[in-house]
Amino acid sequence: MIEVERAGRSFTHRRKAGVLRRERHVVHAVRDLTFSVAPGEFVGYLGPNGAGKSTTIKMLTGILTPTTGRVRVAGLDPSRRRTALARRIGVVFGQRTTLWWDLPLRDSFELVRHLYNVDQGDFRRRLAELEELLDLGSFLHIPVRQLSLGQRMRGDLAAALLHAPSVLVLDEPTIGLDVVSKAALRAFLRELNAERGTTVLLTTHDLGDVERLCSRVMVIDHGRLSFDGTLGDLRATAPEESSIEDVVARLYTGGG
Amino acid sequence: MPPRETVFQLYLRIALYGFRKHSTYRAAALAGAFTNTVFGILRAYVLIALWEARPGLGGYDVVDAVTFCFLSQAAIGPMQMFGGSLDLARRVRSGDVAIDLMRPASLQLWSLADDLGRAFYLLLVRSVPPTLIGAALFGLTAPQTVWRWPEFGASFALGLLTSFGWRYLIALSACWIDDDRGVQALSGVLMSFFSGMILPLTIFPGWLGAVAQATPWAAMVQVPVDVYLGTRGLWEALAFQGAWAAALLALGALATAGARRKVVIQGG
Repeated sequence: MIEVERAGRSFTHRRKAGVLRRERHVVHAVRDLTFSVAPGEFVGYLGPNGAGKSTTIKMLTGILTPTTGRVRVAGLDPSRRRTALARRIGVVFGQRTTLWWDLPLRDSFELVRHLYNVDQGDFRRRLAELEELLDLGSFLHIPVRQLSLGQRMRGDLAAALLHAPSVLVLDEPTIGLDVVSKAALRAFLRELNAERGTTVLLTTHDLGDVERLCSRVMVIDHGRLSFDGTLGDLRATAPEESSIEDVVARLYTGGG
Repeated sequence: MPPRETVFQLYLRIALYGFRKHSTYRAAALAGAFTNTVFGILRAYVLIALWEARPGLGGYDVVDAVTFCFLSQAAIGPMQMFGGSLDLARRVRSGDVAIDLMRPASLQLWSLADDLGRAFYLLLVRSVPPTLIGAALFGLTAPQTVWRWPEFGASFALGLLTSFGWRYLIALSACWIDDDRGVQALSGVLMSFFSGMILPLTIFPGWLGAVAQATPWAAMVQVPVDVYLGTRGLWEALAFQGAWAAALLALGALATAGARRKVVIQGG
């Protein structure tokens, strides 16, 4: 479903090095990244801040082209087939929203229907399903700016799923949520993956997300994968009885 | 590709949402309408003083000048004549534009539909009432024929398109300029002066007048008002506005492609 082959992404910055002289300065956000995700997998994508997670997500969703290597999502080259790809993937950014701030949540969903050209019947059925699973009923008619963060996240998640994408990419979806909201979101994601077989790639700093959801974990550091395996494999990299936080901290700091 | 009809429905809905989004800020719109009315009255007195001292200045009589004043006040809200920026500029600065670029829709058409919805709402709240009050207080020039209304409507609509075309370019400039406040301020000055908002462009003599009347900003206020007053040929006016609207929208399309390339390929 997702194939990344020796992908790299560098950024060139120019900075002043004198009165007229400018220096080129190249930053490698991602270098030589290779992995693939099979249909139906639930993969956690971890890494310290600045490791290249967001750059990877941008390459997968087509808003950034790799400078080297190759990326395929749902059989498409993301940056070249952005429009076709948008119909097959759903993306949720925990720190941004795709919803219309001043309008009732329901209106944003109606726009999604037009944007992705979803059949009226399919739309009604899916919305009813999501409404039940995400418990949206009580705030569908409320303007998004008045929703709590937890409600807004559930709304964003529903908006990303109304066109029934086969891949869901989540960038820190649980950031800032309270324990109850987190638990509800996790239960929903688990069910989505198990029942519908939706492939999920999840970046997070909340290791509770990883422990409860991900069958597989990838860790990126300095633009390269430093770990790729099951949750059990991940635990096995550290002495027994280490907490998951300790295990990951060891990987981030290069220990172990 | 979805059928044309569906695409049209999408943008129509965005325009409708733009309208409704602004209608949630009713207090702000009413305050704007009040300000437009008060400043309209003040401007009207200044113009009356000027035209009584120099009757027939710029080809207008006193009533034409007052009509000019209130019709140009009516353009402020819908066309954002003091350089009000598109929400897009903020989204570029915050990086939210990445989400917009991911959608299977045209960023330019999306922004246009949203802006036209906003313009239509402000037309109802900030344009019509102040003009009616101006008419009641001062008496405005009545249209010479009943056809003048649709003619003025067409010219005003082209003014809206030109205004959007310009403000879209200013908003996208934030992709290349780290701090776009300077550009925004410059845009505000250009729009308010060269549109005729400060004084009708017809009173400027010589080359300054000629240059001012050839700018895209003139297509926003001066030209539609002249169409209403009947002091400018209709087809010449519409062709002039249409050319500027088309040119700015085409530049906007190029800038959109450039911005996309910058974000997607250079990663900026």
